[in-house]
Amino acid sequence: MSCLDTVQAYGLRAIGIGSRLLPKTDFTLCEQFTLIGSGLIWNIYFGVLALLFGFFMSTGVALAKNARSRWIRKPAEWFIFVFRGSPLFIQFFLFYEAFVLLPKVGIDITLGPVELTAQTRWLTRAWLGAVIVLFLNTSAYAGEIFHGALQAVPRGDVEAADAYGMRGWTRFRRIIWPTMLRLAWPAYTNEAIFMFHATTLVFFSGFPAWQQKGDALYYASYFADKTFNPFIPYPILAGYFILLTLTVIAVFGAINRRLNRHLAPERRQKMRFRPQMIR
Amino acid sequence: MFSYCSDPHTLEGARWLSCYLTTGKQMAFYASFATVLALLLVTAPVALLFGFGGAMAARSHFLPLRWFGRGYSAIVRGVPDIAFFLFFVIALDQGLEYIRHKIKCPDWDQPIRQGNDFVVCPQAKLPLSSSPQWVHEVYGFSLAVVTFAIVFGAFAANVLYGAMRAVPRAQIETAEAYGMTRRQTFWRILVPQMWIYALPGLSNLWMILIKATPLLFLLGIEDIVYWARELGGMKTSAFAYPHPDWRLWYFLALMVFYLTLTRVSEVFLGRLAARLTHGQATIGGERLRTAAR
Repeated sequence: MSCLDTVQAYGLRAIGIGSRLLPKTDFTLCEQFTLIGSGLIWNIYFGVLALLFGFFMSTGVALAKNARSRWIRKPAEWFIFVFRGSPLFIQFFLFYEAFVLLPKVGIDITLGPVELTAQTRWLTRAWLGAVIVLFLNTSAYAGEIFHGALQAVPRGDVEAADAYGMRGWTRFRRIIWPTMLRLAWPAYTNEAIFMFHATTLVFFSGFPAWQQKGDALYYASYFADKTFNPFIPYPILAGYFILLTLTVIAVFGAINRRLNRHLAPERRQKMRFRPQMIR
Repeated sequence: MFSYCSDPHTLEGARWLSCYLTTGKQMAFYASFATVLALLLVTAPVALLFGFGGAMAARSHFLPLRWFGRGYSAIVRGVPDIAFFLFFVIALDQGLEYIRHKIKCPDWDQPIRQGNDFVVCPQAKLPLSSSPQWVHEVYGFSLAVVTFAIVFGAFAANVLYGAMRAVPRAQIETAEAYGMTRRQTFWRILVPQMWIYALPGLSNLWMILIKATPLLFLLGIEDIVYWARELGGMKTSAFAYPHPDWRLWYFLALMVFYLTLTRVSEVFLGRLAARLTHGQATIGGERLRTAAR
């Protein structure tokens, strides 16, 4: 089988398109590159969705933690503490078990039984359940980052907004929010990088890889188990992830430049690649 | 455990629970919490040592050593940690067996990699297939410790490297003016002063290390995650203590355990930071000094 055939058979294997059977013996380098690369689709899917939804949620969490009323502040603080203080790995297990129990507990919503059962079953699948866990997790981490940035918004900016007669939502959207984003962006970039790294945990923590449709690490460990040779699949995986990391840095760097475009060059926030990995 | 536990099927309520929570397997579950704490306590100093070595290498005047130091922390930080965990456990195991194979069986003529197998002579196996169970467990645990130390050593190297550069230049210049050698300057001036700059990073690292311990499960150690899945799963009436799927409650217990560990560490590290800040030429130290007056 030539390498092109392999790419056709396994290029989209991770989302169920192409050959059903995974290679069993005589693994070629091409097969390993293709399958691990196709698994990367899942990592990107998890990471992008979690970050997209998490971005809005974390802004809300940061605002709630900054609120004066303790009825709003305390839940936000607890949310951040629970999700930042416990391992993501345990969170995955916990939520998976909770999702599995859901239909048995039986929450009757008036939508009708067919719709309800379908919905709860999806929660135990990685494409929905894992995204929810990652979304909550990144919301907590990014919420803490944004909260720190919110407190670092210069007083003068807010006073200037007041002087212009801006109040409430207008002041937040035009002045406070952009400044908060600008201040938080380097830290948020790191959060995004290790969010992508955290997506590799999904298929090792309860969520089953249905029909062997797994992420990049799932296939890498599949090859390592079968060949008993870790020196080929894991470096391939590492290469893919370094590329992914560089892409994230490029995208977030572009956003960072846009957020800072009104500032004098020496006052701009510098991007530093300083990820902290495990959560 | 208790005398009334001999026939669990007749028990009810609190008595049943007290018997259930003291079975041998439950005890193994409790003991596995000690495994996690042991891993934390053993890994932290070893990782710090690795990190110190890495930071020293990164500062070295000898170019290849400097490349090694920088490359070590850069690569480990750019790739998902869990990939490293899965990789190093097999790689270390195979590396050790390969070296032992070369030493113990020099006249072995078959290739080591036969297709999909890794074959060494029986004397080189680690641990020997004849050794007792506890040797296997200790070996597995040690591999896990070394793997954790390698990964966290890279993070620590980065933190310590930054901390060494954060020590005010004037301090080093003063030491040089007194005629100290490079080595003396390093050990007597730089190292004692760098800790306060390293502390925030190292505290963060400790928190991350705590949260990385459930990955032990992936390394094949019978840790708390293993037992939680094992014990929580549904038990039919064939078992002495039948119960429905309780994994959710077991994982909730683990969650509480980790949250407690995090909270205690936070409080402790906060106090340590306050203590180390005393007498330092930083804003924090100045604040402590003026507050004391």
